[in-house]
Amino acid sequence: MSTVWPELESLLGQVQKPARYIGCEDGARQPDHGPGRVSWLLVYPDTYEIGLPNQGLQILYEILNERPDAAAERSYAPWTDLEALLREHAIPLFSLETHRPAGEFDLIAFNLSAELVYTNLLNCLDLAQVPVRAADRTDEHPLVVVGGHCTYNPEPIADFVDLVVLGDGEEVVGEINEVVGAARADGVGRDALLRRLGTVSGVYVPSLYEASYSDGGRLLATTPRFDDVPETIEKRTIADLGEWPYPKTQLVPLTEVVHDRLNVEVFRGCTRGCRFCQAGMITRPVRERPADQVRTMVQDGLRRTGYDEVALTSLSTADFSGIEKVVGDTVQDPMNCGQVSVSLPSLRVDAFTVGIAAELQNARRTGLTFAPEAGTWRMRQIINKLIREEDLYEAVASAYSQGWRRMKLYFLIGLPSETDEDTLGIAELAKRCIEIGREYHQKGASITISVGGFVPKAFTPFQWFGQNTVEELSRKVNLLRDALRHERGVQLKWHDSRATLVEGIMSRGDRRLGPVIEDVWRAGGTFQEWSEHFDLQRWVDAMEAHGLAIDDFAHRHRTEDETLPWDHLSAGLHKDFLWQDWRDALNEVGLEDCRWTPCYDCGACTGYGIEHIVASATPPAGGSQGTGQDLARGNEVPVALMARPATAGTR
Amino acid sequence: MKVRVRFAKRGKVRFTSHRDLARMWERALRRAELAVDYTQGFSPRPKLHFGLALPTGAESEGEYLDIDLTEPADGALDLDPASLPDRLTPCLPDGITVQAAAIVDTGIMSLQQAVTSCTWRLDASGTTAHHAAEAVERALAADELIVTRERKGKAVTDDLRPYILALAVTDSTPDGVELETELGTQPRSLRPAELLLALDPPLVERRVCRTHQWMTLDGVRSEPVSLGPAASSSAAHAEARAS
Repeated sequence: MSTVWPELESLLGQVQKPARYIGCEDGARQPDHGPGRVSWLLVYPDTYEIGLPNQGLQILYEILNERPDAAAERSYAPWTDLEALLREHAIPLFSLETHRPAGEFDLIAFNLSAELVYTNLLNCLDLAQVPVRAADRTDEHPLVVVGGHCTYNPEPIADFVDLVVLGDGEEVVGEINEVVGAARADGVGRDALLRRLGTVSGVYVPSLYEASYSDGGRLLATTPRFDDVPETIEKRTIADLGEWPYPKTQLVPLTEVVHDRLNVEVFRGCTRGCRFCQAGMITRPVRERPADQVRTMVQDGLRRTGYDEVALTSLSTADFSGIEKVVGDTVQDPMNCGQVSVSLPSLRVDAFTVGIAAELQNARRTGLTFAPEAGTWRMRQIINKLIREEDLYEAVASAYSQGWRRMKLYFLIGLPSETDEDTLGIAELAKRCIEIGREYHQKGASITISVGGFVPKAFTPFQWFGQNTVEELSRKVNLLRDALRHERGVQLKWHDSRATLVEGIMSRGDRRLGPVIEDVWRAGGTFQEWSEHFDLQRWVDAMEAHGLAIDDFAHRHRTEDETLPWDHLSAGLHKDFLWQDWRDALNEVGLEDCRWTPCYDCGACTGYGIEHIVASATPPAGGSQGTGQDLARGNEVPVALMARPATAGTR
Repeated sequence: MKVRVRFAKRGKVRFTSHRDLARMWERALRRAELAVDYTQGFSPRPKLHFGLALPTGAESEGEYLDIDLTEPADGALDLDPASLPDRLTPCLPDGITVQAAAIVDTGIMSLQQAVTSCTWRLDASGTTAHHAAEAVERALAADELIVTRERKGKAVTDDLRPYILALAVTDSTPDGVELETELGTQPRSLRPAELLLALDPPLVERRVCRTHQWMTLDGVRSEPVSLGPAASSSAAHAEARAS
């Protein structure tokens, strides 16, 4: 077995943060690459600090290494300083466990959670000394697999990948492993193997499908090239999270990473039905982990890792049945000596109560983040995030009253039919929240308003919406800057709207974007999620070079009859359900959470013969959604428009 | 109660930084369920006091850490320091090995103040034993070794010569030489890489290992916690008490 460690070791003295490349984490395996095993290299195509905590990758890492017929190692994108040295010394991308060259693995599997990493995917393949285009790869090369939320529209990267996995990976990785192992035993070549893999449920092989376009450049259809591959590829969904208590031995890195803490997933899926939220739409239905299992995973995990912080993760953790008790049990566990803090990364304000706040503040305090998403009740009806102003103010008051002095609020701008009144509603909410804070902490209270530009995503009701331009998003940011300029204690942060544009081009793009991604990568455009490396001009130039209009991909509203690039894939959701929800959005009509109300047949359960797994039949206390309240009764706070018109966009 | 721990850092884990090491220790002490004292306040932290930072990438045969432990309510903490290596090493990453531990006076001088010099074993490449020996001779014969370095954006000149307490070529390696040196740490620590760059001609640092840290008590040179069969933890204890 070959390893690049000796060559690498002599270079690590010359790079920043060399601990990113040594492995050695607690929980890391030293896999046996015996002849009967299919080998996987699981790659997160961003830096180690960003990629290591990824729970999806860690779950598959454990599941594969538990199999007698598989071996899995990990890799992350090397930072630019090491990349230059690797290229100079002709050292390939390597695994962290045994420092094996990436090209020696049977499969290289990427976790893609954001569109801006696409160029890093190409760069990692190139560093692995594997041809970036699937068509150029031979029997000698690994299969390139991608999974993760981005891959619900994998068409922009269809040229570069061999397999796309849709949905939960827990079961399907084993099935892929068996097909690859059997093909190797049979001496089957690459093309025949891909045909076999194309029939595995949840697996999409882009090369087995063909996209056709009209003369006017509209996508007509994406259809199978062979009879034995399905016309529509359905996502995979595990029925019961309780059967998958992973990761069992979460990796504990030796160096600093984001989310450096124990993470326990308390449920998967969300049916709140926020219309902008791709994660909520594609991961349905809700599958809660049994509370006892959560407690066991928290206790065992803290003992094993020595962490003093645990995050209970999900798309909306305050919705977990019996959340207060789980938090209380953890904080009050005498083994934890009062030193363990609990963080709840995704909190809905309508389910955040004084009870939860009181339990959390018994331990060391972590930051609190709420996501009202929009500034007015009208806008929140459109996006179906039906939280009232009172819900927000009560949650904020709960937190301030229990000793928190600072919190963060997330908002989106550029939502469908948004007016300046809606945008400025964000400033009004911020001002009221800081007033509440001053009642408890005088000048000590502070609040951070984080604003992101909305990008429409596949398999959401907003997939037909043309996103705001860079200029429009910047103008809205400036409206907020003006409105909050003299507001003490309020800090405004916003995302770069130029990066939002590239994300938008990719999120609903088609196969014609392949050459654009390749051009940007060849021009040196890696690490596009890092502001110091992002360069919009490269993307603009590449789009132009290939005769593609940015407006057409990002800013154009789609029509009902238009073929979408992901129409041959399925997240279970009926397209007519999504269209109806889009119409409802524009009519400012909300939709209740089906966890606690009758089914409206979106397709996510019925199509796969599965159901919600929720321990409590009633919604969490303090919520206004699903409680039978009249949803049309929004207590809108009147928005005071600034007298000055929006001259801000020019600054 | 304060415990002084001596540990080695070897192999791949040498690429972790001083800050990384602090986090590893915090987790290890929680895993070992040692009753570490915490700071008061909004965000309590365990009371750990590290010695002189080891450069990232360097190995060590003698790193030190002082740990404040909570005294139980009844006053007596029943802790045998000799049991600590076996208790702590399994809670630390591969390559970090706890070698010895001693109970020290709670008012003992901090490691950063008490340590006055360190012995280093260095591999340098791109030279021969003969050339390296000449460079060493020139450095030792010089009255001063002035270098200019950048500190907080300003150019600072320093004389390195007083920091070089010993320096010799000890062996040849396939692509260079092995050196041993003792470098002073007060008022600041001279790093081995700085020394090699200050030689004429400069040498390129390869592998670096801190073999010893020294403190001087009443004119006698000793290690904060010594190894060796005779040097039991109680002896180190008595030595520390004697200060």
